[in-house]
Amino acid sequence: MTPENQPARSAPRPLDVLVVGAGPAGLTAAARLAAAGAGRVEVLERSVRPGGVPAYCGYGGFGTRTRPLTGPEYARLLTRAAERAGADLRTGVTALDWAPGGLALRTVGPRGPETVAARAVVLATGVRERPRPARLVPGTRPAGVYTTGELLQTVHLFGRSVGTRAVVVGAEEVAYTAADTLRASGTEVVALVTEATRACARSGTPLLTGTTVTELLGQGRLSGVRVRHRDGEGSVLPCDTVVFTGEFLPEDELARLGGITPAPGARTSRPGVFAAGGLTHPDGRAEEAARDGSRAADMVLEWLAEGAHRSE
Amino acid sequence: MTVTADGPLPPEPYDVAIVGAGVVGCALARELARRPRLRVALVEARDDVGQGTSKANTAIVHTGFDATPGTLEARLVRDGYRRLTAYAAESGIALEAVGALLVAWDEEQRAALPRLAGKAVRNGHTETRMLGQGELYAREPHLGPGALGALHVPGESVICPWTTTLAYATQAVRAGTDLHLRAAVETVTRDGDGHLLTTTRGTLRARHLVNAAGLGADTLDRLLGHDDFTVTPRRGQLLVYDRLARPLVRHILLPVPTALGKGVLVAPTVHGNVLLGPTAEDLHDKSATHSTAEGIALLRDKGRRVLPALLDEEVTAVYAGLRAATEHEDYRITAHPGERYVTVGSIRSTGLSASMAIAAHVTGLLADTGLDLGPVREPAPVTMPDLGATAPRPCERPGLVAADPAYADLVCFCERVSRGEIRDALAATVPPRTPEGLRRRTRARAGRCQGFHCGARVAELLREGTAHDT
Repeated sequence: MTPENQPARSAPRPLDVLVVGAGPAGLTAAARLAAAGAGRVEVLERSVRPGGVPAYCGYGGFGTRTRPLTGPEYARLLTRAAERAGADLRTGVTALDWAPGGLALRTVGPRGPETVAARAVVLATGVRERPRPARLVPGTRPAGVYTTGELLQTVHLFGRSVGTRAVVVGAEEVAYTAADTLRASGTEVVALVTEATRACARSGTPLLTGTTVTELLGQGRLSGVRVRHRDGEGSVLPCDTVVFTGEFLPEDELARLGGITPAPGARTSRPGVFAAGGLTHPDGRAEEAARDGSRAADMVLEWLAEGAHRSE
Repeated sequence: MTVTADGPLPPEPYDVAIVGAGVVGCALARELARRPRLRVALVEARDDVGQGTSKANTAIVHTGFDATPGTLEARLVRDGYRRLTAYAAESGIALEAVGALLVAWDEEQRAALPRLAGKAVRNGHTETRMLGQGELYAREPHLGPGALGALHVPGESVICPWTTTLAYATQAVRAGTDLHLRAAVETVTRDGDGHLLTTTRGTLRARHLVNAAGLGADTLDRLLGHDDFTVTPRRGQLLVYDRLARPLVRHILLPVPTALGKGVLVAPTVHGNVLLGPTAEDLHDKSATHSTAEGIALLRDKGRRVLPALLDEEVTAVYAGLRAATEHEDYRITAHPGERYVTVGSIRSTGLSASMAIAAHVTGLLADTGLDLGPVREPAPVTMPDLGATAPRPCERPGLVAADPAYADLVCFCERVSRGEIRDALAATVPPRTPEGLRRRTRARAGRCQGFHCGARVAELLREGTAHDT
């Protein structure tokens, strides 16, 4: 092995609390911990911008009734709160895996590979939507297949549109968000398709309930989706774009690599490791994730206090 | 260094034109690149190398232990295995010699194992060993209940199939081969002593012609007046499971083969995933590379028995490839000396393993058809990006990151792909033209989120990196 192939072997950098993920849960936990005097509190965010999912939800519906905010405004508010409280926010830093011994994580970021150790770790790694392959939807593998997450980032972060005619899979709130985003970026919404027999319909958007997407069609670019209705009748919806929405899954790689499972409250199977936000409640809203982060911070403070007693 | 994807083709005649830039065509181009006096064109219908059967297979380098002894395939797979494992080590192609276990699930299958061990010996493989139930479960603790024993075949390996094809093409192009993409061959006529190819991008002349057209090899062969074989595509559907499933399996787990084929296997991939497949469906449509509900259900049924915990993991890809099967059991590699033409047909499922040996064999046949190969000069070695899960990612290499911070800027988090790697791929000798091409070269958006987190940024980087192309 040449020297540049050697993994970092320097001593872990010590912290009091390491928060993984700067979404609503992580930022809120960090703000509370830093404000409560938990010591050196650091938040790692693998993305270049903090805020988690709200950072690219370029529309309203966040914040409180008295103070309504767009997603990015809400993300900025939480970010500022954490920084003002004294938490150290590091973006573009990915936690790769647990390092041997104690509560330590291997990370990579602009400063290169590093190992960080802490007295407590808060996993606030968020969610993803279940994409097409994991839903085992048969067919070809054409371009034009999205999740809401990719759609929102494409439109709100890069100012691009994704196609001309789109089918949206799902009929929950996130599906309507996808439909609104598609229309706002100049894409016609052919239909919302859901296996559920009942769903909340909204005027202007055709809704197909009791309907399953059975195949994606098209070579190179999507040409349509084949659907089957509950009565057994099949049809093809011509489109060049399909968005698979919802089915939120916890981003639990780091937890699983550490053999860590969530326990009641914000605790986990591993003492000193806590979990909050989408990781434990993948269907929760941003504000719920934030409240979750706040609760996790209380647990961490308790743990640190116990630890202080233990070391006395 | 020439790769073209549009515009007319060069008017000067080539010494050799290879039709088909799959793993076999690219391996042949690399082999001919050792002969600097030759002018070679590699002509491909699609917009990238390895876009047909070569991109959708089981990614296994076979030792040839179970080939039919005495066949050309048995000889070339065995020779190709030696060549490719050495080439992978030299070129940075991810390869893991995990070994295979032929697992017996009933008494009949267990009784068949000694016969398979004997066949392996006849193919020159003396290291196979019978494992009893206890040793089998010690090696594979997550194996489903009911297995009776296994035949261990050391040496069976997994490889990155995309990097392999790309390494061949890269080395060939750097040594002077012209790679012409998006040039589908429509007709071939005699042109003096050589051939005149009419393609979707105009005409191309060549003194010698090699047909490495895979699924289209029979059609091209007929254009030249031969009726030697008919390709009946055999579809293989496969499921790829998330990296978190990788600890569940250590070897390539094979069923005991039956008359119906090699059956459904479970295998680790060099990228750190677990593969389940393939199906074997004889079709007539050479474009039917879609997966089906029935195929997926069948694979999940088989997989549940072999490795029950696998089914709890997320699937990160479902794909289907078409093997170029014909009515012939063996490879159909034929020289037509009077026509200065060599057909490489019926490479149905071992093309990756045998590719370098096929290339050497075909080069000999080209000489038999009157081609003066000229002297040998070894082309400069290539170092490909190592996409293997066992190698440290560029972001984990302090020296590399210090020299170029772009390797620390992770774009695809699931697969740990940096902006630096994406930039390098876009500037490479054989660059990608589509998100899929970029994924095969870097793993960008190949992970469990499938672009939920990174897709928009990856697309933007691809757009920027290909902006100069038309």
